[in-house]
This record gives sequence, C-alpha cells and structure tokens, in this order.
Amino acid sequence: MSVYLDHAATTPIFDVALDAMQVALRKVGNPSSLHTEGRSTRKDVEDAREAVAKAIGCLPSEVIFTGSGTEADNAAVKGLFWKSGKKVIVISAIEHHAVLDPARWLVEHEGAELIEIPVNKSGVIDLDFLTELIKKRGSEIALIAVMHSNNETGVIQPVADVVKLAGEIPVHTDAVQSFTKSPLSYRDLGVTSMAISGHKVGGPHGIGALILRRAYEIPALLHGGGQEREIRSGTLNAPSIVAFAAAVTSNQYHADQVTKLRDRFEAGLKASVPDAYINGVSADRLPGIVNVTFPGTQSDSLLLLMDSESVSCSTGAACSAGVHRPSHVLLAMGHNEVTAQSSLRFSLGADSTPADVDFALSVLPTVIARGRAANQK
Amino acid sequence: MKIIAAMSGGVDSAVAAARAVEAGHEVIGVHLALASNPQKYRSGARGCCTIEDSHDARRAADKIGIPFYIWDMAEEFHDGVVENFLAEYAAGRTPNPCLRCNEKIKFAAVLDRAKAMGFDGVVTGHYARTEIGPMGKTLHRAVDPLKDQSYVLAVLTTEQINGAIFPLGDTEKVDIRIEAEARGLAVAQKPDSHDICFVPSGDNAGWLRDRLGSEVGPIVDQAGTKIGEHKGAYTYTIGQRKGLGLSVAAPDGSPRFVLKIEPVTNTVVVGAREELAVSKLFGEKTIWCGPSIGADPLRGYVQVRAHGTPLDCTYLFDGRRLIAELDEPLLGIANGQAMVIYDGDRVVGSATICESA
Repeated sequence: MSVYLDHAATTPIFDVALDAMQVALRKVGNPSSLHTEGRSTRKDVEDAREAVAKAIGCLPSEVIFTGSGTEADNAAVKGLFWKSGKKVIVISAIEHHAVLDPARWLVEHEGAELIEIPVNKSGVIDLDFLTELIKKRGSEIALIAVMHSNNETGVIQPVADVVKLAGEIPVHTDAVQSFTKSPLSYRDLGVTSMAISGHKVGGPHGIGALILRRAYEIPALLHGGGQEREIRSGTLNAPSIVAFAAAVTSNQYHADQVTKLRDRFEAGLKASVPDAYINGVSADRLPGIVNVTFPGTQSDSLLLLMDSESVSCSTGAACSAGVHRPSHVLLAMGHNEVTAQSSLRFSLGADSTPADVDFALSVLPTVIARGRAANQK
Repeated sequence: MKIIAAMSGGVDSAVAAARAVEAGHEVIGVHLALASNPQKYRSGARGCCTIEDSHDARRAADKIGIPFYIWDMAEEFHDGVVENFLAEYAAGRTPNPCLRCNEKIKFAAVLDRAKAMGFDGVVTGHYARTEIGPMGKTLHRAVDPLKDQSYVLAVLTTEQINGAIFPLGDTEKVDIRIEAEARGLAVAQKPDSHDICFVPSGDNAGWLRDRLGSEVGPIVDQAGTKIGEHKGAYTYTIGQRKGLGLSVAAPDGSPRFVLKIEPVTNTVVVGAREELAVSKLFGEKTIWCGPSIGADPLRGYVQVRAHGTPLDCTYLFDGRRLIAELDEPLLGIANGQAMVIYDGDRVVGSATICESA
C-alpha cells in the first residue's frame, strides 16, 4: 500500500477535468482567431471563465487566467505596487514565497519598504499591529497582502477584517490553498485581488487565475497579444482553462468528510506519539492540513523514513536545492530553528480514505523512534 | 543490505551506487549539502556541492532507479572540517581537510545517522578496497595507484570500515568512466574534483588571508637574523622555495627553503635544503584501521601525502605516539600532515604528525 498525504503540494487531477482536457487538446483553434474554430475555442474558454467566476464569487471579467498561482501573486504584488506609486508593502509574516519573494524583489530593485505583520502562536495575524500601522503610515502603503489560509499549517486568516481596516488601500489575498476547500467568496471578502491555482483543486498544472476587480487596471508582467485585459498576454491555454473549470464545478471535495479524516488522524497521532503537537491547532483551519512537530527529530530524516514506508508527506517548508531550511512560517509562530525543523506537513485530499490515515498512523511509531535515534547521533 | 549511497554528483559515486544496486543491496541515494550557501554552478574541477552537482547526483539516482534525498550537513561540515582547517593553519600546521571530512562527516555523521535510521552501511565512490580475513574487515589500497584514496580513508576505525562499502577499489579510473558511459550516466565525462572543495577559487593562501588576516611578520634565517617580510605566516608551506621575495642572498649563494612556521611570533624560518631532511616522524591522535600494534618495531611503509610515495620504514607505537623511522631521509614535512602506515597494501593506521627529526 502506498499513501499520498501531500495534497497541499499537488492533488490528483479529477477524471472530469482530465476528460475535458483531452477533448479540448484535440480541438484546433486559437481563442483569439476570428474563424469558426477560433470562435468555438473562445466559447469554451468563456464558458470556463464564467464557471470559475461563479465558483469564486466574482464577475467573469474579473478572472484573468495565468500560468500558475505564483504568476497571479507576482502580477498582483508588483502590479499593485507599481500602480500605487507608494513605497510601503505590507504582508503577513507567513506569506508563501510567491508573495514574499516578489515583495523582497521590489525592496531590492524598486526601493520598496517591506513591513511584515506578525502572527500569534496559533499562526493568525496580529490585527492590532495592522491597525496601528495603518493609523501611522496608511497614506504610504501601496498594498497589503495577507493569504487566505496558510499552505504549511492550514490556518485561516481574518482577511475580511484586513479589508475593513485597509479602507482605500488595495488588499491582495493568496487563496490557492483555500479555494474549493473552505467557504470563499471574492465579492464578500472585498479584496482587490486574489490568486488561485488549478492543480491544487483537481485541475491540471500550469493554470491559475488572478481575480482582479473590474476596470481596476494594473501594469502587466507579460506584454504581447493583449489577452486577458492586456494584463496577461499570451495565447489562452484553452485545454487547461476548460479542465480547471471542470474541476471546480464538479464539487468533489467534501470538506466535512476531509475534516472527519483529519480528526481521525490527529487523534491517532496523539495516541501514538504523545509529545507530538499540532501547529495552529486552536485556530480556524482548512480541513486537510495537519502540521505536526515531533520533538527530538529532524524532518528530513522523517520524510525519508516515511517515504521508505510508502507514505508521502512534506517538510512543509521551502527548499533551497532540496535542502531543508527552517520554515519562516513556523519561526513566525514562535518556533526556534530546531523545533521548526522537527515538523512534518500531512495534507489530505478529496480522495483520501480512512485506510490511508490508518496506514500512515501504523508506520508512524517506528519512523519517529528511528528519527529520534538518528537525531541523537 | 540496506545502504545509503553518498552521491556527490560526480562519476565515481554514481558508478559506486550503481554497482551496489547490482550487488543486490537496497540502496538509497543521498547528496550531502556541505555548503550553507551553495553556488549555482561548478567552476571547473573545484567545489563539490554546488546546486548543479546536487542536480547531477539526482539525475544519476534517477538513471540507476533509486530514491534520492539531500541531507544538509553544512553545519557539521563547517564545525568539523572548515573550522578545524582554519585552526590548524592558525597554529602553524598543515592539515588535510579530506581526511577530516571522512573522519567527521562521511563515515561518522552520515554513517551514524544511517544506522540509527535502520540502514546497515554507507557506500561511497572512494578508490580503496576492503578485505575480510583473520583480522576482520581491513582497509587496502585500490588497484589504480594513481587514484588510490586509502590515505584519506586511514582515519576510519574498524567499526566505520565495517559499515563502509567501496565498490570501485578493484577498477581503474579510466574503466569507471567507460562503465559510466555504458550505464548511460550523464556524469561519465565530468572532470575529477581537485583541491579543497570549500575554497572554490583554488586560491588557498588568499582564502586563508581573508579569514586569518595578513599580519606582516619577519622571515628569518636559522640564526634568527631578519632577512625579509611575509604577509601571514600560515600561507607558507614547509619546503617552499618560490615566492619568498628575499632580497639578501644566502652567504654561499644556495637557494633557501621554508623550514619552520612559528604562529605565535608570526615568524617564517628559512634555511638550506639539507635542513629540511628528516628521518623520524612522530604522530599523535593515532587511529587504527585494524588491529592495533605495540612497541615492537615492525617493517612497512609510511605515506605522508595523499598521492605521495610509500616510503620504507620501521614503525612502532610507544603507547602514546606512532613513530616511523625512515630508511631514506625525507624533505619538507610539516606538522599537521597525516602519516599513514601500510603493511603491504593494507592500511595499519594513521596519526597526525606532531614532530619530526
């Protein structure tokens, strides 16, 4: 038996999406062409756009298809910064690198000033800090970026409150992990922009979307044929767009079932490794992500051992040349470098089963024992 | 057996891992990340843990069909190897960091971790052989004398040798490249590593100067008369003749060589070539690669450099120091160098030279 518990990294494509994609791949016709074939593909793309818009609660014209969630984050952070003419970028201390790194790039190359909103021990941003910051320097702030839920811990952030505090300041949210997994409405949230991704929701790789308020134009990263409101030029990736829409409209992710599985896993975890603790446990979390610290271990050893037992999970943190570094998310939550590197992320998906969870739990005691022994060397 | 293959991204460790798989072992490939801020690309024959190297190791593992992981050993490497290298130079000695790396990292940190995780040993691409006989598992020279690496492995204890597998010791390097080619390993023609991996520029003296400073000090003759100046005593090597920049000629006009480096007074002592000759070596921190020996003199060979000539000698252990008496005098020995004793092609043990006469 092999068990895949890394759905937050990527999750299997749904059959409906694969089928839709295969049909679309066999069609000819650039959606920008004016002839019959072009119009037919264009119709597929616009149908898909409307379906995605409905799923995320925005207008079809607010969906800008991109090549990835990362591209959507980059377009938003850089675009909102350049549009504003202001210098201060405010982001949460736990942002994904797709937001963090463009912000740091703007500091290095465009004279931006970066301010990070701290988080509490549960991994939720400090709204008091933000309130004070806006009071003092609100007029200098180009944008605020706070992710909808964190990719390592699954902890959901109070983005609606951020929007209220922000007033006229544009707010971007990375909703890559939340989309289809927790209640999410672009309109209700009131953010300026939002990033989502295809392969995290049962769609294909290489497709994402930037949701950007209607008639709110930002400078483009890619210039060319003027597609996607001239914000994202490039021939529309019709097969992936169609498949993305098929995935999000299939409603195959059942949050209540995944939550039950997660609870089963967490209960078993506490029973088999009593000193293990779940990061962000007391916060509002996504159904499928469990980030656990196993004291006295090193996560890269644990990952190898779990992999040898045919259980795939993640160290949850960024990799630099495959080398595990302490997670900036866990550090922001108050971990030190040692405990931050003693943590694993297990993430469940739409097709996870009780048997998966039980199998992972069955190999855990041996893995942790060996991981602890290896760490003492 | 279940073993870890240490894969540097070079041709040797790739073939070693492939051979271990063929020998029926369950092999997992591991690349050791030794630099905390790895460079993106390899420059020629230098450096060994760039991102490019880790990619090459991964692709070799893919080709062989084994799992692959990267282990971050940067901190262990820095503390155990780089710091030691600096401290030894600062103390006026000449260390060999490859020995320290084998002693502290590859067959200590890695082997210990592997064993704790349920593995039986570590396979590497070193050119050396092991044999199992009445003395247990012993360490021997590789068949390719030009590539033999038994010298840098002479810091392994019997227990570490028991956990080590060296599949390349029976083959010449040229054939390893042919074999790599035949196995479809992309690294078949990758250049060999030379020099010190953590000094990517290859400028050892400059690297030391950056870290230890370049305090000017005197160059003196054996009588103690100052005849020149240097910029950092530790950048000189015992036996060095060139680059001394001496303006005053020796009274007899003969060339002068570095005889001694005195770190405390930051002094470099120079003199005639004959003064460099030694016939007796004393070593401390002795490590036995098999059964230990006693105070009864034995005949064998001593080697003092990684690819140096084995020298006929009589050796013994006086309970404190390993002592080798050379049949023919030797020039240019620095404290800190490793002396490795061989019985035929078997490695008896090693020690760090602390005195010579």
